[in-house]
Amino acid sequence: MLNLIGNYSLVFALIISIIILLLSFKNFKSNNTLTLNFFSIISVQLFLICLSFITLVFAFVNSDFSNLAVYFNSHTTKPLFYKISGTWGNHEGSLLLWLLVLSLFNLIFFLKSKQLSNSFRSLAIFFQQIIILGFLLFIIFTSNPFQLILPIPVEGLGLNPILQDPALAIHPPILYLGYVGSSIIFSSSLAALVCKGVNKDWAINIKMWTLISWIFLTLGIMLGSLWAYYELGWGGFWFWDPVENVSLMPWFCLTALLHCTSVLERRSKLQSWTIILAICTFTLSMSGTFLVRSGILNSVHTFANDPERGIFVLIFLTILILMSLIIYFKYNNFDEVTKSFYLSKESAIVVNNWFMMYFLAVVLIGTIYPIFLEVITSEKISVGPPYFNQLIIPFLIPFLFIMSLGPKLDWIKNKKNELKIIKIILLFLSILVSYLIVKNFSYNVLYLTILISASLYLLFISIIDLKNEKLKFSQKISHLAFSILIISIILNGMFSEEASVNLKSGEEKKISKYLIKFEKISKKNIDNYTSLKAEIQIIENKNRLKFYPELRIYKAPETITSEADIKTNLFNDNLVVVNYLKDTDYLNIRYQKKPFMLLIWFSAIMLAIGGALGLRKN
Amino acid sequence: MYGKKVKLRFLFLSLILIVLILTIYLVLKSLEKNVVYFISPTEIKEIGEINYKKKYRIGGMVKENSIVMSTEEVNFIITDYRNEIIVKYSGVIPNLFSEKKGVVAEGFLKDRNILEASKILAKHDENYMPPEVKEALKEK
Repeated sequence: MLNLIGNYSLVFALIISIIILLLSFKNFKSNNTLTLNFFSIISVQLFLICLSFITLVFAFVNSDFSNLAVYFNSHTTKPLFYKISGTWGNHEGSLLLWLLVLSLFNLIFFLKSKQLSNSFRSLAIFFQQIIILGFLLFIIFTSNPFQLILPIPVEGLGLNPILQDPALAIHPPILYLGYVGSSIIFSSSLAALVCKGVNKDWAINIKMWTLISWIFLTLGIMLGSLWAYYELGWGGFWFWDPVENVSLMPWFCLTALLHCTSVLERRSKLQSWTIILAICTFTLSMSGTFLVRSGILNSVHTFANDPERGIFVLIFLTILILMSLIIYFKYNNFDEVTKSFYLSKESAIVVNNWFMMYFLAVVLIGTIYPIFLEVITSEKISVGPPYFNQLIIPFLIPFLFIMSLGPKLDWIKNKKNELKIIKIILLFLSILVSYLIVKNFSYNVLYLTILISASLYLLFISIIDLKNEKLKFSQKISHLAFSILIISIILNGMFSEEASVNLKSGEEKKISKYLIKFEKISKKNIDNYTSLKAEIQIIENKNRLKFYPELRIYKAPETITSEADIKTNLFNDNLVVVNYLKDTDYLNIRYQKKPFMLLIWFSAIMLAIGGALGLRKN
Repeated sequence: MYGKKVKLRFLFLSLILIVLILTIYLVLKSLEKNVVYFISPTEIKEIGEINYKKKYRIGGMVKENSIVMSTEEVNFIITDYRNEIIVKYSGVIPNLFSEKKGVVAEGFLKDRNILEASKILAKHDENYMPPEVKEALKEK
């Protein structure tokens, strides 16, 4: 019964979608005011999609195994929280969530754009509706979450236990809010382009949406990497895995766009560049979803999935890109006067954009090169983290220096060229401090000194800038957060240590300077898994630390997950992970020291908070 | 002669071009160095020349009764049911690593029979098999 309601509300939403398409196009042609009817029809669509989503949540909560998606991804013994999050833990449900956010944002856009022209609004809603229609078709015909199964099974197959985690439960919705936000940016840019409305008012409106997507994308990426850090226990938070890269690419684009819109808002420049960035952001978000869901990417995070569906997304994506390119080339006639180059804020932002595009290109090539090579030569390769590190980290040095000095430049042309003495003192201070940090390293002392001084310099300047009243508060917070993030990541990479060993209960072993003692193990049955808790002591010099890492053996589906025991303080994380070795008495024990982890998470959240503060001013 | 503006613009454009070429060169150079090739045990026996300074990823099944565990090391054999290779490894072993299951090991080749692995790749899903392994198995 509920399944039917869910299914039919999707079909009705599809019909309404076509009506909205026609209506909005007619409105655009006749330049009518958008009436109350328009509002109500968009709301009805949102309501229908919402209804269908809620019925799916109900099906998961009630473990209604007549539903195929529920059967494949749920289990009666699963805790309620994960039954709910299981709704979007699978392909079908996650697409329905995409759609829900898509239509929700459509309504919000309608309500929040009243100060802009009618023809622009109609057209933006028209483009947005094309995307919604595409997703509706995709869901109904290729990944319907309301497919039935007969005879009704008594028990479901269960959700992959590695996904049964609070951070990962909220990771997809948050990430999707970021991705889907970019769809509004996309439709709005195309509409503005056609209506010749790429101006200040539009920039203010688009900046709000850029900020919203950026905030959620930042948080989404952070949650994903937080999950990878404590749940996978690979001793890191970022592996340059294709699935991770795919979420990072739109982030670079959005960050560039965010800075670009300020130039557009203040100086009415960079119009066509803004539009290109907007189109790129959305394309990257869409293809991200496509690549992850289609299984084309060879990633360690890949779950079993179906490549057939990829074709549809690929066609849909191609149509959207072609459409936007045609519109772009047809309507792109801004009379931008390229004046001589001045040292100014907008030039600094342009340079920022170049760097962002460079980082984006590096990640993009590293991510898709293996796919191309396989198609062309059928050679299978993967691109390792050294590639990304080598190409990105050296370029961080000029980037960080420009970031420390750029924000304080004036618009149009920088007037005063005075070099404040404090800046020079800070520069020497950061060089000195970074030399003290790296002097015990045997290799690359010069390079590391320069790298750390660049990031320290940004940190110092950002702290000093907190008092600068010329700058926006939100920007100061975000830049400070970014500097803390970069410096924590660099120091974390340099000073991480680890030791791993296979031990039986009662044994001990000295690995480099750590004595690892496996004291005992205890077994306990909890909810839907069996817990094996190990007691492990790590002795370094005279320091004793006791850890209780856990192994969880799930029955449905049969999987083992490791729960790291992490001891966190502001400057250092100590963690122990154990892995299960089948058919032996050994446990694989890994001890790690990870400095500044807490600062990484903290600064990523602060980065997003900075963005949120920017929203308040708008 | 050309005006100052044209000259400036020309300078600017050539600067961009140089930067672009340099970037592409850097990217390609770095790609070439850091690419990890995926091969099956059979392919190791067949390829003409092995680069001992390059990392390889070898995928296949863990041979039955081949795992030898000690405190610091684990040795096992990867097989694609035609050829095999011995893997020596010390480090983190994923939970899903066991005999008769798919595995991907990454590291340097010592000779055509021994791989010194620096990483064993984990997969999140027990039913999931890396596409490479599936293909290597299909070929047999």
